[in-house]
Amino acid sequence: MSEMTQTAAKPHIERSATASRTYTIFVIIGLAALILAPMFFYPIFLMKLLCFALFACAFNLLLGYTGLLSFGHATFFGGAAYFTAHVVKEWGFPPELGILTGVVGAALLGLVMGFFAIRRQGIYFAMITLALSQMFFFFCLQAEFTQGEDGIQSVPRGHLFGFIDLNISTNMYYFVLAVFLIGMVIIWRFINSPFGMILRSIRENEPRAISLGYSVARYKLGAFVMSAALAGLAGGLKALVFQFATLTDVAWQMSGEVILMTLLGGIGTLIGPIFGAGLVVTLQNYLATSQFPVTIVTGVIFMVCVLIFRRGIIGEFYASRLGRKLGFEHRR
Amino acid sequence: MTMIFGIPLQAFLGQLLIGLINGSFYALLSLGLAVIFGLLRVINFAHGAQYMLGAFAAMLMLEYFGINYWVALVLGPIVVGLFGAVIERTMLSRLYDLDPLYGLLFTFGLALTIEGTFRYLYGAAGQPYSVPAQLAGGTNLGFMFLPIYRGWVVVVSLVACIGTWLLIEKTKLGAYLRAATENPVLVQAFGVNVPVLLTLTYGLGAALAAFAGVLAAPIYQVSPLMGSNIIIVVFAVVVVGGMGSIMGAIVTGYMLGIAEGLTKVFYPEASNIVIFVIMAIVLLLRPAGLFGRDA
Repeated sequence: MSEMTQTAAKPHIERSATASRTYTIFVIIGLAALILAPMFFYPIFLMKLLCFALFACAFNLLLGYTGLLSFGHATFFGGAAYFTAHVVKEWGFPPELGILTGVVGAALLGLVMGFFAIRRQGIYFAMITLALSQMFFFFCLQAEFTQGEDGIQSVPRGHLFGFIDLNISTNMYYFVLAVFLIGMVIIWRFINSPFGMILRSIRENEPRAISLGYSVARYKLGAFVMSAALAGLAGGLKALVFQFATLTDVAWQMSGEVILMTLLGGIGTLIGPIFGAGLVVTLQNYLATSQFPVTIVTGVIFMVCVLIFRRGIIGEFYASRLGRKLGFEHRR
Repeated sequence: MTMIFGIPLQAFLGQLLIGLINGSFYALLSLGLAVIFGLLRVINFAHGAQYMLGAFAAMLMLEYFGINYWVALVLGPIVVGLFGAVIERTMLSRLYDLDPLYGLLFTFGLALTIEGTFRYLYGAAGQPYSVPAQLAGGTNLGFMFLPIYRGWVVVVSLVACIGTWLLIEKTKLGAYLRAATENPVLVQAFGVNVPVLLTLTYGLGAALAAFAGVLAAPIYQVSPLMGSNIIIVVFAVVVVGGMGSIMGAIVTGYMLGIAEGLTKVFYPEASNIVIFVIMAIVLLLRPAGLFGRDA
C-alpha cells in the first residue's frame, strides 16, 4: 500500500532510466515507421488502423488506468462519427470544427452515461454502460438525422483550415496521423498527471482513496468524460476518413471490439492498445474477403486472452526477460 | 367497443399479453443470471447464447431426429446444461481467483464464438419452428383472443421460476448453494464439494436459459441473433432488480416485460428503450436496485 502512495507522490520514479531511454528509441522508430508507412501500405487501411488505435487507447484510459470496464464505448465512437458527419455534410462545417463537434458531443454523452454508471461498481458498471449504449443505439436507429439503416453517406472531407485539400489521400493520412499523435500526447500527459495518479490509486484500492479524502466519484466521472471525448476524437476522424457514419459504429459489437483490442495489446500499457488495434484491424481486413465469419475468430481470441494471455502483447513483453533487461516493469 | 385510457381494450390486452410473454423470458433469464452470479460471481454473458442454443437444439432435434417439442423441452436444457458444465469445468473455473470482470469478458468471447458459429452454419435469417399440435390454435376468452401456446408459455415459465425458487430456498441442495454463496471456504470445510456445486450451478443456469430458448422457439423465429438481442435487455433487468434475491429477479422480469408491453400501446416509439429508461431512473433513486442488498 505504501508503495502506491509513494508512486502517487513521485510520478517519475516508476520507470528506470534505461527503460526511459529504450522507450524514447521505440517512440522514434515508431514515429518514423508511421511517417513512412503510406509508401508501403494502402492509406485507407493505415488511417483505419490509426483511428482504432486512438479509440483503443482512449478506452484503455478508463479500463487500464481507472479500472472501469465500460461496455458502451461504441456510443462515443459512433456518436461522434454521426455528429461530425452531420455538421460537415448538412451544415458545411470545415473538418477541424466537425471533429471538434464530435469530441464535444461525445464528451456530453460521456457525462450523461458516466453520471448514471458510476453509481454502481465493477460488474454492474459494465452492464449499465452496455444497457445505456444499447439505448443510444435505438435512438440512432430511430432519429431523423442519422438516416436510420442507411447512415450518413458521402460526407465531404473538405479543406483543413481552408487550404489543405483532404481529398488527397496523402494529406488526409498526415492529418489523421497528426490528430492521432495529439491524442496520444494528451493521453500520456493525462496518465502521468497528478489526476492520473489518483485514478490509479482508485483502481488499486478504492476505499483507501476515499478514506484519503478524494472524491472518488468525481474523479471517475472526469476519467469517463475524458475517455469518451478521446473516443469521440477517433470516431469523428473515422467519419471523415471513410466519409460515412453508420449504425455499425454505435452497435454493442463495436464496444466489444475495442475491449478486445485493449485486452490483446495489454491493459494498462500506454502503447499496447495500438498493437491490439493493429492486429484486430489487420485480421478483419484479412477475413473480410473470406467466407469465414470474424465473430468466431474474435470470440476465440477473447477466450484465449482471458484464459492464458491476460497481460496482452505489450504486457507480456514488459514482463519477459528481454523487457525486464531493457528496464521495463509490469505491475498488475 | 370497450375502451381503456382511450385505447381499444382488445389492443390493450393484446399488448399486455405480449408484455407478459416477454416478461416470462426476462424472468427466466435473469433468474438464471442471478443464480450463477450468486455463487460464481460471474456475469454470464453467454446466457443469451445458451438461450439461443436451446431454441436451436429444439429445431435441430426435430429436423434430424424427428424429436418432438415435448421431448425437446426436456432434452434441450439437458444438452445445453451439460455443455455449460463442461465449459465451467475446463475453462471458467480457472478464472474464479481473478477480478470478476474477466469472467464477464470470457463469457462474452464464448457468446461471440457460439453466435458466430451458428451464423456461419445456419445464416443470420430466422427459421420457423411450429407450435406443437396439442397447443395450436386459440381460445376466445370473451374479451380477447388468446393463442393457447402463449398462455402455455406464461404458465410454464411461472412454474419454472417458482420451481427454481423452491429448489434454492427449500431443499437441502439449495441450502448448500446458499451457504456456499455466503462463505465457500467454510462450506468446503464442512465437507461439501464446492467445486462440484459450482459446476452444477453453472450447468443449471445454462439449462434454464436453454429451457427459455425451447419455449421461445415457436414464438420468435429461431435465429443465431436471438440471444444477443435479448441479453442486453436482461442485463438492464438485472440492474433494476439487483442480483441479491432470486424472487427479486423473477418479479422484476415480469414487471419490466409488462411495462414494455404497455409502452407499446401508449407510445410505441419508446418501447425499445423503456426498460433502459426505467433502469436509469432506478439508478438515480435506488442505486442498489429494487431488491438489491449490495452497495
